[in-house]
Order: sequence, then structure tokens, then C-alpha cells
Amino acid sequence: MSHSSPDHRTPTTPSGRSRLSIPGSGLAKGLAVTLRTMTKRTVTEQYPDAQPELPPRSRGVIGLFEENCTVCMLCARECPDWCIYIDSHKETVPAAAPGGRERSRNVLDRFAIDFSLCMYCGICIEVCPFDALFWSPEFEYAETDIRDLTHERDKLREWMWTVPAPPALDPGAEDPKELVAARKAADKLAVQQEAARTAETHADEQARAAEQPTRPMGDSRQQAEQSEEEGRE
Amino acid sequence: MNDVLDVTLRLLIVFVVFLTFPLIVGQTEHKVMAHMQGRLGPMYAGGFHGWAQLVADGVKFAQKEDVVPADADRRIFQLAPAVALLPYLLVLLAIPVGPGEGAVGQVIDAGIFFVLAVMGVGVLGSFMAGWSSANKFSLLGGLRTAAQLLAYELPMLLTAASVAMAAGTVSLVGILDAFEWWWLPWQIVGAIIFFVAGLAELQRPPFDMPVADSEIIFGAYTEYTGLRFALFLLAEYAGIVVLCGLTTVLFLGGWHGPWGADGLGWVWTLLKTAVLAFVVIWLRVTYPRLREDQLQKLSWTLLVPLSLAQIALTGIVKVVIQ
Repeated sequence: MSHSSPDHRTPTTPSGRSRLSIPGSGLAKGLAVTLRTMTKRTVTEQYPDAQPELPPRSRGVIGLFEENCTVCMLCARECPDWCIYIDSHKETVPAAAPGGRERSRNVLDRFAIDFSLCMYCGICIEVCPFDALFWSPEFEYAETDIRDLTHERDKLREWMWTVPAPPALDPGAEDPKELVAARKAADKLAVQQEAARTAETHADEQARAAEQPTRPMGDSRQQAEQSEEEGRE
Repeated sequence: MNDVLDVTLRLLIVFVVFLTFPLIVGQTEHKVMAHMQGRLGPMYAGGFHGWAQLVADGVKFAQKEDVVPADADRRIFQLAPAVALLPYLLVLLAIPVGPGEGAVGQVIDAGIFFVLAVMGVGVLGSFMAGWSSANKFSLLGGLRTAAQLLAYELPMLLTAASVAMAAGTVSLVGILDAFEWWWLPWQIVGAIIFFVAGLAELQRPPFDMPVADSEIIFGAYTEYTGLRFALFLLAEYAGIVVLCGLTTVLFLGGWHGPWGADGLGWVWTLLKTAVLAFVVIWLRVTYPRLREDQLQKLSWTLLVPLSLAQIALTGIVKVVIQ
């Protein structure tokens, strides 16, 4: 078959050197490939019976962590096909301290994504400054009516539970910023406590007569928050 | 009365074999092809690994509308599937499965002649289908079928003649009675040519240019629907059974085996036939379709000269032995 074709040339190696081959060896190789494949495990996943193993960053559906949402509307405005619907109203929050000014804040009334329009570009998730939108690998939400594909906030909130934990960092990667900041704060606190303790023992040695009250723990938490903010800057 | 019962029983057994074996081959093809491609194949029909897939297919075909094109040659068009299928039933009747008269549907003295002549009629079915469909693709398919029949009938007949020369008889039973184990290396070239030519005659891949779906839709069967289409498909698989059975009988010694020739001869025949059927499927999965001119070239420049050489070899050895 192959050796009977008129345009048959001796096969060459990648270096260009021609090598001799037994006529029909290519045919035998083909048979060997199919036979070997038959003995190997198949790659078929029997989907409805067995769930597929999806990679952690699969783009199945968009979940809404509505506690984080500030109704800034960035997602709705950046969405290329305008499939995000947001309604909100303004509420006045009484002043925190006596004599202070009243604050107003937005309260989310409706958050809906029309998945019949969504093209899964993920721009809304990228653009959300408050981490309120997440990719979930959940993909089984087909409907028989296209109008049922507009999912409201309760459904989007439900999908939040299916969002996997963020994948672990690569070995040797830089620590995430919040971790660095928290560690810095904790270190600072430890140094302060150490200093306080030495000061305490010093004071004890100096004058046992004078009874100084020990520092309450409530203070140290405030300090930690302060130092954390310093660490961010 | 006893004779009538005997004949009825034989016919019934042959008919049951004719209806079940092609389906078994078809199901095996589903599964083997799937696994050779890293897939699972049918898994649902019938519950256990899709064993009833072809039954389900049959039910589906039976439900479909039987369309005859307005311009078609109506009677020929409707007759063609039967012409394609029935010859294989007749051939099956003449293939000996085991030693003795009990294991063959009907002993025919000129067995090889009968078998090869009737098998050639099967190809006429798809030629009729192509001619009567009033469709250019069907006509092309029919013409390719005819060209293929002309090219491959010759090497097939020549190699069968070589075996008949070796045995000194044209009876299939007589050939098996005369079989010796050393015929295997002696006739090996002929066996391969017979098998390849048979594949080409059945229009099995890699020789499926008459139905090349990427070129001419489905060749001669383009206009067929429903049960008639299913009959053409059944004819292909019945053809595989017949071809493998014939190759077994003519070249591989049929019911002869290294041991257990008494009583278990039919197991050997079935085993060899099954292995050959597997090879048919294996070849289909492995090789791409040949081009029409490559097909002709393979036959006329390779298979025909080689089969003539095989006949010469057979003749020389035969003379030397005597």
C-alpha cells in the first residue's frame, strides 16, 4: 500500500538523514498503536453517573457574596453584554458618636445575572473592588425556558457555597499581603508585650510597695489594629 | 418425514446464525473501536455495557419512514437491499463448521464456485441501489462499487483457485479433509490476498470508497431510509461473518486444530472466524481510506501479480510432492 504509491520517498529523520525502513513497517506501527490504546484505560467520563473532576478555576457560574457588595455598580457597568441587574435604595445610618453626622449607605434590593446573555468573560469578577463576585465550578443549571436563566440574588448567594477555596500558592511564592501585615502586627505586639513585661518586672524590683494595675488585654487589640494599618502603608 | 425435519432444522440453525452473528460482530465493532480510540462505546442500552445497542438501533430503523425518491426506479430500488443481503445467507449455508456431514448446512460439490459466485451477487445489490436511486452521489457510489468488484474479484478467485489446486478438489468439505498444517505457510500469501480482496469487496474501511461519506455522502445507499438502509448495513456485517468463515475454511484449516479435533472442531472454526472478525475491525480502526486510484493500483499492480505467483508456487510444490 504505502510502498506501492508513486510519490513514496524514503522517510528521513529530523536531522535530514535518510534511513531505511522495511516496507509495511508503518502499517504494522499503526496496528500496534490501536492495539496498545485498546489495552489502556479509556478517557471517557460517564458524566451524569459520575461528576467530572473540574479544575479549581473552572468558570461554571458566578456566585455573589452579597455581604461584601456595596452596590458600587462597577460590575453592571463593565459587563460587556449588560446582563447584571442591580437595584438599591439609600438608607441613613444614625451617627455613631453623639454629636456626629448621619451617614448614608446603599442597601442592595436586587442583584440578578441573566445567564442567557452572560458570556462568562469574568470582567465583573475582575472589576469588583470588594470581592463580592466569585467563579464557581457549578455548571448544572440548565433550564427549559430561557427566561428562567435570570438568577436572582438568593440563588447567586447559594452558589457562593460552591466556590472552592483559593488554590494554594506556589512553593517559594511571596506571602500574601494580608498575611505579611498580620504577622508584622503580631510581631510588634509581641515586642510590646515583652517590653511591658520587662518594664513590669523592673518596676516590681524597684518598688513593690507601689501597686500598679496590670494592663488590660483590651488595649492590645486596638494596638494590633493600629500597627496593622501601619504595616499596610 | 425425518428428512424434512432435518432440512428444516438445518435451515433454522443457519438462519439464526445469519441473524445473530452479524449483530455480535457489530456490537464487538462498537466496543473494540471505542476502546481502540480511548472511548467506552455504548454503555446504556440493555443495562450491561450497552449489549442491546444494535437491538435498539434496529427498533429505531424499523420506526423510520421508508422513503422512495420520486424519480427512482421503484422496483429495483426496493429490491436492492434483498439482493445485497440474501447471497450471504446462501453462502452461509455452504460453509462447513465441523467435520462430517452434520456440521454443514448443505454439502455442495462445487463449493468454491458456488460460494464465490453467490458472494459476487451481493455486490450487485449496491450497484442496483446506486443505479436506481436517481441520485448522482448514488450513481458514483455504484460505479465505484462496480470498479471495485472488477478489480478485486480477480485476485480473490485466483487465490481460491490456488487452494483448490492444493487440495485437488473444489468442494469446501473436501478441501478441509485434505488440509495439512503445512498448508498454512504454503498458502499464506494467498490467504492475505483473499482476505484483503474480500475486505475490498465488502467495502470495509480502508476500502470503503464506494460509501466514502466525506466525498459522496453514503454512495449507493444515500437515498435509503429505515429498514432498507438497515438491511444494507446488516449485509455488510453478514459479509464480514461470511468472509471470515470462508478464509478460515479455505486457508486456516477450519475445524482442524492442534488438539481436540474430535467433537470440538466447530469451536476451532468459530474461534478462527472470531479472530479474523476482530482483525477486520482492527484494520478499520487503524487505517484511513485509500484513494480511488490507490485502490485500483493496489489490486492490479500488487494483488493480481502476487496471486499469480501464489498459483505458480502451489503448482510447483504440488508437482514436486507427487
